[in-house]
Amino acid sequence: MRTFSNLVKPYIAWMSVFIVVPMLLIILYAFTTVGNEVLPFKFTLDNFIKFFDPVFLRVLGKSLQVALITTVISILIGYPVAYFIANVKENIQTLLILLVTIPMWINMLVRTYAWISILSDNGLINSFLSKIGLPTVTMMYTDFAVVLGMVYNFLPFMILSIYTVLAKLDKALIAASYDLGANRIQTFIKVVFPLSLPGVISGITLVFLPAVSTFVIPKFLGGGNYMLIGNLIETQFITVGEWNFGSAISLIMAMIIMISMVITKKFDKNVEENNSSGGGRLW
Amino acid sequence: MVGIKKSRWLPVVVVGTILLFFYLPILILMIFSFNDSRSLTVWAGFSTQWYTQLFRSRDMMEAVMTSVSVALISTLISTFVGTLAAIGLSKSRKVVKEVVLQVNSLPILNPEIVTAIGFMLLFSAFTIQRGYTTMLLAHIAFSIPYVILSILPKLRLLDPNLAEAALDLGATPWQALIKVIVPQILPGIVSGALIAFTMSFDDFVISYFVTGNGVKNISILVYTMSRRINPTINALSTILVAIITIALVLINVLPMMKKKEKVSYE
Amino acid sequence: MRKLIQFKNIVKDFDGTLVLKGINLDIYENEFVTLLGPSGCGKTTLLRILGGFLEQTQGEVMFDQIEISKVPPYKREINTVFQRYALFPHMDVFDNIAFGLRIKKQSEEIIKQKVTKMLKLVGLEGYDHRAVTLLSGGQQQRVAIARALVNEPMVLLLDEPLGALDLKLRKEMQLELKKIQKEVGITFIYVTHDQEEALTMSDKIVVLNEGEIQQIGTPTDIYNEPENRFVADFIGESNILEGIMIDDYRVYFDDKEFECVDYGFNDNEEVDIVIRPEDLDIVPLDMGKLTGTVVSSLFKGVHYEIVVKTQDRHMIIHTTDDATVDQEVGLHFFPEDIHVMSKLGAY
Repeated sequence: MRTFSNLVKPYIAWMSVFIVVPMLLIILYAFTTVGNEVLPFKFTLDNFIKFFDPVFLRVLGKSLQVALITTVISILIGYPVAYFIANVKENIQTLLILLVTIPMWINMLVRTYAWISILSDNGLINSFLSKIGLPTVTMMYTDFAVVLGMVYNFLPFMILSIYTVLAKLDKALIAASYDLGANRIQTFIKVVFPLSLPGVISGITLVFLPAVSTFVIPKFLGGGNYMLIGNLIETQFITVGEWNFGSAISLIMAMIIMISMVITKKFDKNVEENNSSGGGRLW
Repeated sequence: MVGIKKSRWLPVVVVGTILLFFYLPILILMIFSFNDSRSLTVWAGFSTQWYTQLFRSRDMMEAVMTSVSVALISTLISTFVGTLAAIGLSKSRKVVKEVVLQVNSLPILNPEIVTAIGFMLLFSAFTIQRGYTTMLLAHIAFSIPYVILSILPKLRLLDPNLAEAALDLGATPWQALIKVIVPQILPGIVSGALIAFTMSFDDFVISYFVTGNGVKNISILVYTMSRRINPTINALSTILVAIITIALVLINVLPMMKKKEKVSYE
Repeated sequence: MRKLIQFKNIVKDFDGTLVLKGINLDIYENEFVTLLGPSGCGKTTLLRILGGFLEQTQGEVMFDQIEISKVPPYKREINTVFQRYALFPHMDVFDNIAFGLRIKKQSEEIIKQKVTKMLKLVGLEGYDHRAVTLLSGGQQQRVAIARALVNEPMVLLLDEPLGALDLKLRKEMQLELKKIQKEVGITFIYVTHDQEEALTMSDKIVVLNEGEIQQIGTPTDIYNEPENRFVADFIGESNILEGIMIDDYRVYFDDKEFECVDYGFNDNEEVDIVIRPEDLDIVPLDMGKLTGTVVSSLFKGVHYEIVVKTQDRHMIIHTTDDATVDQEVGLHFFPEDIHVMSKLGAY
């Protein structure tokens, strides 16, 4: 009905202003520099060229490295946890999933902030260590603290997305596998794990993307000098006031993320095609 | 039961450890909100002084008010606009639908910081003074896509003839919307509103870039205070955690109890 | 009888596809009219135009002498029973039926009376507060009918309402619908692709194909006097042959000349000829107007369906006597059993 389809029109107008225009502005800023009074914008590629300085490339490399490590750790911990949760009685599953979900609803800054008092030099871990006569360890403002903070914040996404797939897995497939003579481990390797890959992949997206772009966790747990790409962008906008360069960095980051999304999507599709005889769409 | 289940204790240990990992920091945070000293690591006895200070602190109370009012207003507006937009989309031509959904998904796929600087550039381009209004506008803007995405699947399940049946029986399009379509997609609207509320209430990155003039929400306050660590933050966090836990438990337990009631009634 | 609805040269174009190609149709008061045709013939489109859910590309729709194309559905004195009923799942039976009355702000007392009366009419007394989602298909069907009729429309539109029901229930509902229509005395416009349903219930059948009306007539007319090959083929089983009309009352096919009752064609015009299977009779070889060999015989419950291979074709015969396969037989029919149709086809 025409009448109802008209309802989308106000939102199209709103969306143009609040989604399309901001995107265009970022692109505009990224490709220009502050000009003169007649032409406030001057086209340039300098902002991008500037980024290829080793200093900034190292920041990018570090961000990717930290995000990657966080993602791998999240899979290694998240998969078994999701697997075990998917295997208990249904009402306990609901309870455990609720328990995994609750921290996600609590302000991320508060949760990250909580770690400071645990990790700091005179924090809980170190007071405990010195109490039992062991040497203290510096943990705050290290890569360890940053990765820990990221795993702490993003691991629930991994657990939930793997769990969703495992919980919906057709139990008949496992029975069929046993019936055909596969033992538990073979069944897991040949049936359960391949079918749960879509969950792992969506988990990777949910962990890797925020991990690459966050600037709060490195700031809290890595200290003021700890620079990841998110911090670099923040600095450009908030401290330095280099909006053009900041926009260029954002654009580069957005591109990297788009590319990694396309790659995972493609991988996802391959997995699904391989699975088409098995489970079909799993979520 | 899926696959391997040899040992009974391994799952308990693994899941238990992870839950401990999730809750221990929060628990410690809550415990030290009752500490008698300023220290966040050395226990000096029980006290509620940080709670008293929290309620006396104008900064804190203002931040709470900002967070709550922005979340409430942005939820109300984004749910309303998002619901109408979703209904409109479900009846739109395929091309319109695809384009709108594509654009709509941008803020969801983009890193928050990119969305945030987009808003910042937008407000500065239109020379809008950054402050409460810009924060509110930004929150409405980033919530609507989530509202739409949580309502659309419900609309897809809706019999397309239902709205027509209402019109056929004499309802005006608006009446059909209110009396037939909205009640049918209500679960989607409610979950959309919940998502919008929590997204807004917990937001830091976007608020941080679009605010100004000393307007702060709770997240921004925590961020700016992190260098001068202060147990009032623990006190505030404890209250928030308590509220969220109670709300989540109610949301998850009430439907279960209702279901049980129904079963016993039948 | 009063002319209630007039479709005048209705054309409907869906993004370049002509779904209706100039429909002219009059519908009278108290008629049970069926729009019959295969899926995609435009019958539902025509119904939706009348209901106000679609607007025609060209042409006029007159309702009680007034052009109504621009009148929104909620202002039309027409109600619809939708294909899958479209009952409001969040309301019980009573509230579903009362929906239209409540929109019109009638008093709850009157609503109660009217709904109760309707529930009785459709045989669902006492179902007031059942959840519609828990009703069977047939019961949902009845609620949908009651919900439409309670508004006392001048016309009730039914869009393949029995399609989702099983065969036995469908037969019951056919009779019931006819009964209800007689009782409330309003026009029913019924869309179906099921020719048997159309023949059972209708006062008037409109056969549609590819957006054009093929024939309008009573069930008997349509069955006995199909106007073209499409109608003959669509309604019931037929033997359709090609022949030449030599002269009035004389037709030539399968290398023979036959006496018939049709006239008014051009001399030597090429025509289509229909002979219904039940009009053919198996007789001894020397008594047949045509001869052939029995290919198969199937018992169909009431009759046998026998296929006989004649010189030029296979003929289907419905008869109560069995025949032996491979037997040489004669086929007999009377002049009035031959039905000659112009090849020019459409109306």
